[in-house]
Amino acid sequence: MTKAPEKTRVVVGMSGGVDSSVTALLLKQQGYDVVGIFMKNWDDTDENGVCTATEDYEDVSRVAGQIGIPYYAVNFEKEYWDKVFTYFLDEYKAGRTPNPDVVCNKEIKFKAFLEHALALGADYVATGHYARVEHIDGHVRMLRGVDRGKDQTYFLNQLTEAQLSRVMFPLGGLTKSEVRDIARTHQLATANKKDSTGICFIGERNFKEFLSHYLPAQKGEIRTIDGEYKGMHDGLMYYTNGQRQGLGIGGPGGPWFVCGKDLKNNILYVAPENHPALFSEGLTAENVNWINGLPQESLFTCTAKFRYRQPDQPVTVMPQVGGTVKVMFHEPQKAITPGQAVVFYDGDICLGGGTITTVLQKNYFEKLDFVQAVL
Amino acid sequence: MDHIYLDHAATTPVDPAVVEAMLPVYREIFGNPSSIHYFGREARKLIEDAREVIAAEIGATPKEIIFTSGGTESDNAALIGAAHARQALGRHIITTKIEHHAVLHTCEHLEKEGFDVTYLDVDQKGRISLDAFKNALRPDTILVSIMYGNNEVGTLQPIKEIASLLKGTNALFHTDAVQAFGLEAINVRDIGVDLMSITAHKFNGPKGVGFLYIREGVLLETYQHGGEQERKRRAGTHNVPGIVGMAKAVKLVSENREEKKQMMYRLRQRMLDRLTEEGIDFAINGDLENGLAHILNLYFPGTRVEALLSALDLAGVAVSSGSACTAGSVEPSHVLTAMFGSDAPQAKSSLRISFGLYNTEEQVETAARIIAKTVSGWQKPKHSG
Repeated sequence: MTKAPEKTRVVVGMSGGVDSSVTALLLKQQGYDVVGIFMKNWDDTDENGVCTATEDYEDVSRVAGQIGIPYYAVNFEKEYWDKVFTYFLDEYKAGRTPNPDVVCNKEIKFKAFLEHALALGADYVATGHYARVEHIDGHVRMLRGVDRGKDQTYFLNQLTEAQLSRVMFPLGGLTKSEVRDIARTHQLATANKKDSTGICFIGERNFKEFLSHYLPAQKGEIRTIDGEYKGMHDGLMYYTNGQRQGLGIGGPGGPWFVCGKDLKNNILYVAPENHPALFSEGLTAENVNWINGLPQESLFTCTAKFRYRQPDQPVTVMPQVGGTVKVMFHEPQKAITPGQAVVFYDGDICLGGGTITTVLQKNYFEKLDFVQAVL
Repeated sequence: MDHIYLDHAATTPVDPAVVEAMLPVYREIFGNPSSIHYFGREARKLIEDAREVIAAEIGATPKEIIFTSGGTESDNAALIGAAHARQALGRHIITTKIEHHAVLHTCEHLEKEGFDVTYLDVDQKGRISLDAFKNALRPDTILVSIMYGNNEVGTLQPIKEIASLLKGTNALFHTDAVQAFGLEAINVRDIGVDLMSITAHKFNGPKGVGFLYIREGVLLETYQHGGEQERKRRAGTHNVPGIVGMAKAVKLVSENREEKKQMMYRLRQRMLDRLTEEGIDFAINGDLENGLAHILNLYFPGTRVEALLSALDLAGVAVSSGSACTAGSVEPSHVLTAMFGSDAPQAKSSLRISFGLYNTEEQVETAARIIAKTVSGWQKPKHSG
């Protein structure tokens, strides 16, 4: 960084939560010219005119007042609807399980918001993500957050080096409990605020009910992988691979786990615990983003996560033309879910990631030929 | 950094003479005007003196003035009180699409109670059509509420003409003159209204105090229940210091009114001239010839108003646009939407700049330069490098 902190404007995305509150505080303490922005991405105004964003904005206003920084709001409801929510519904329609947080980071927080911040004269934007940015040899890399339990690089896998060059993650070197402690020490209004859970636009509401407002659900059969009828499902979109709870089936041979969906015939397949159908040997992914450019090797090994908060798994990666990738697991993996992200790591460095398109299994689904060829 | 305040339509700084008038009331005259003892009488005298000053300024009699907490309360009291009092005669109300929310949302509330409300359109200058008004009038019209001068674009409405069209009808005529009062000399007999809302903080008076003019003979249903203050027309202990401060501010506005108005015209013209010299693209929303002297609403093509407002604030210029929602984001202005249509770019790219007594030409110069520089970031994007 060439400019002095006091001449460097950092625009912080403030959600009204403790993480972004401490983010703004730390930057202010480091002497930056800090501006807080609250993003309003979803209109959940109820019939009484009450929306949860109001409370969050009031917390932003309180914390910004305590820290002594200007703050504003910006409305990205249209952008969010067009880029994130439409994708979210389309993925469910296609029988996949979307990850709206990944797309929100890509399209809203590090695109629309970044552009908005630049219009306010920002040199950098900052968020309360648990991740680190490293400037090295003229390049910018993204590293995992020091708090392994909170590391959020999984959700940030679509960021490009150009975006990261404008980003600060001040919490990357801290643990969540250190962040809480800082908030309490400075008596920030949000110090004891509960962390938000779930997908932001659904919040604490019933997921099934929420989805049913937007997508028609079609009941269908639940069958075992061997074809035996086990009962009825409420609509394929409500289930993900590996799921055990909420199937409403019991009987001999259980417990039962979701192992696949037949979208065409509207059948949900289940298998008993440790059945080979629950395991897969590899996956394909699309929309793959390589943060520091496409790797030179046509085949290399690294580690990967297939869902948030999963320990890294060793994999062999084969980048393909057109932003797709084939990934083979060194150990069979459970519950690989199309629509979710696969994210690659080299030690602490996040290499990038993509969206899982197909699951490669030895015996049960149609990718057999390919799997055998690779193995 | 010096911050330049160009948002006087939102609120104004309190005149030091008003503060001086209020201080002794806070310090010494603490009595309740409704008390029958010495202390009560002392306070009572102050509010009745204030009432006389205010009544004289608008050409009313003192008993035609009731004190309220401000513009919103005055609007609610007038509209709900009049609608309820006259519902036996009819349930039709006429207003406009560009009223302040204190009127619009009160009308929506009355609609829920079963009243029928006509919201008149405005033209591109923000003015209603008298023909449309005539067409909207019905035998069961009991109330008409049309603002004197608009708070976002400044356009003045044909109040006198409307009043004369209402002669001989059952309709009461209310005007929200909150934004106009001060620079505009308003005589209620002359303009012919039955009800008029005013708040003190728009003309260098204190916040939290205002008044409602109620023409003698007009009966309103009481909307706030409690004590018998204001001849049972408005319950609640009087805000004595506020009322005294408001009366002082009323006295002050009538002094050199024409000079002050000319000063606003000069500041406004200076802003327009400087923006033109800077070569940025803009257009005026509203009607300079037939508008309030202190309000200038400008459309800057290509800008995004939320970012523009924030960027200007960070650069030290305080202006505004439309209204903010409870979560802080800027909603498209209902006034500009009524003037230009719901998808019009004006609603997303316009600023309200409003001038006040303590602005200097130098401040306007500086602000114009900053506005031009900020706007040109959108209109003439720099090539990266």
